[in-house]
Amino acid sequence: MAANSTTVEVAERVTALDPEALRRDFPILDQQVHGKPLVYLDNAATTQKPRAVIDALVHYYEHDNANVHRGVHELSQRATNDYENARTTVQKFLGAAEPEEIIYTRGTTESINLVTASWGRANVRAGDEILISAMEHHSNIVPWQMLCEEKGATLKVVPINDDGEFLFDEYRKLLSNRTKIVAVNHVSNALGTINPVADIIKLAHEYGALALIDGAQAVAHLKVNVQKLDCDFYAFSSHKIFGPTGIGILYGKRALLEAMPPCEGGGDMIKSVTFEKTIYNDLPYKFEAGTPNIADAIGLGVAIQYVNDVGLDAIGAYEDDLLQYATERVGAIDGIRIIGTAKHKASVLSFTLGQIHPHDLGTVLDREGIAIRAGHHCAQPVMERFKVAATARASFAFYNTRDDVDRLVAALEKAREIFA
Amino acid sequence: MTSDLQDLYQDLIIDHSKRPRNFGPMENPDYTADGFNPLCGDKLKLFLKVEDGVIKDVKFVGAGCAISTASASVMTDVLKGQTVTQAENLFETFHYMITGPKDPQHHAGEGLGKLAVFAGVSEFPARVKCATLAWHTLKSALAGSHDATSTE
Repeated sequence: MAANSTTVEVAERVTALDPEALRRDFPILDQQVHGKPLVYLDNAATTQKPRAVIDALVHYYEHDNANVHRGVHELSQRATNDYENARTTVQKFLGAAEPEEIIYTRGTTESINLVTASWGRANVRAGDEILISAMEHHSNIVPWQMLCEEKGATLKVVPINDDGEFLFDEYRKLLSNRTKIVAVNHVSNALGTINPVADIIKLAHEYGALALIDGAQAVAHLKVNVQKLDCDFYAFSSHKIFGPTGIGILYGKRALLEAMPPCEGGGDMIKSVTFEKTIYNDLPYKFEAGTPNIADAIGLGVAIQYVNDVGLDAIGAYEDDLLQYATERVGAIDGIRIIGTAKHKASVLSFTLGQIHPHDLGTVLDREGIAIRAGHHCAQPVMERFKVAATARASFAFYNTRDDVDRLVAALEKAREIFA
Repeated sequence: MTSDLQDLYQDLIIDHSKRPRNFGPMENPDYTADGFNPLCGDKLKLFLKVEDGVIKDVKFVGAGCAISTASASVMTDVLKGQTVTQAENLFETFHYMITGPKDPQHHAGEGLGKLAVFAGVSEFPARVKCATLAWHTLKSALAGSHDATSTE
């Protein structure tokens, strides 16, 4: 009986997601592009912002703007409270144990660079190995290459199969007691693959290696719990989860963050400064030198509250259905090759159409009011793996509809006619 | 098709993109250069034979979008028999046609012959780099530069 009622409850929550109603929360979606209603299918590049986030930014600058952590006056108190409350919102969203484990950064890229520059420089030595996967974004490749070059360590790459899936057995073979850290994305931006990160992390730990998860493409689509995953670091960007640009998060386990040296020196990251000796501040401020991006951190908190209100279970179920519909409809077009056909995928449909260059497709679609990404998606090794120079990529959010997919399909048919 | 798209993807451009002319490597070229458009991954290599300041032969290899392929193809067609100075002037006029301000007194493609087919690119700022890649590569080939030309 109890099991039945749970099922019913989930089903109700799933049907409760009304994309048309949610669309009205996003003012930017209500516009014409080249004389046609906008269809925004570039959510893996950046998501649009709900009215609540835009209002929060305006409210902050109109009412509360002040510097944080210097709080003798009322405005500074308000700014500090809102800034720190947003941190707590992020902490709960990620299932982290404490708000001190949540470091504000500029985005996923800076979060990963913070780990390579701080933890990496202090812990990686010549002869050590770092593992990444063949489906990483450049931001989870280049910082590790730079670290390896500096330290004389070796970067090893876990291959993927033709569906764009992480090859777990190959991963097992590459792990050894030389492996210091494993860094993989939770969801691939170019392929949409959802990686088995819990298993990846568990196995890394068996070899005494740490695990960093790049969650940039995951947090807007999947529930994440960093304690259940047991990851050592988790990174994401606000702007990919309906928040402002210029702010992101690094989660790290407290013991690791405590032991790591600060990356940047300056205000806010210190307890006391003399010309002889500086005492660094406690977590999380040790890693937040200078006046932070206060308004956008507050905006991120509001964006996460918005996502929580819609519900990630409902979002996941809705988007899975939409992706399946899009895969069937787009896949049925003559000459389509879908790049990334993993069993577990989230919200990304990458493809090529006959001999038409994705850049030409992007231009034709743009004139139909449809925004997609055409290019290498900052994942050139993925393009090389699939022997394509570029792909066209449609990526979805909960405010996209089957109508959007139908418009995409019609525009792709038009492109076929033009280049027939 | 909307008229902008018709202007951009004219029959001549589609034709040249599918069957590029002067496509293939050249033995013992006098000048050569590589061009690369990192934004969309367009790559091409250009070869030239020049005698007494006159372009005797020009060929290219590479892969790219319809605009960059057609642009390289039409360019190689047009350049044969031109002097190096004429080629440089053509590039200037071509560049002005697709990036310069609209002048109602002047027909934008005047003096460009079939290169005027690319006039529609001016309505697509994101595609200017595609249309000019071959020309930038030509410039660096004639300048004897050995570095790959990038549109970035």
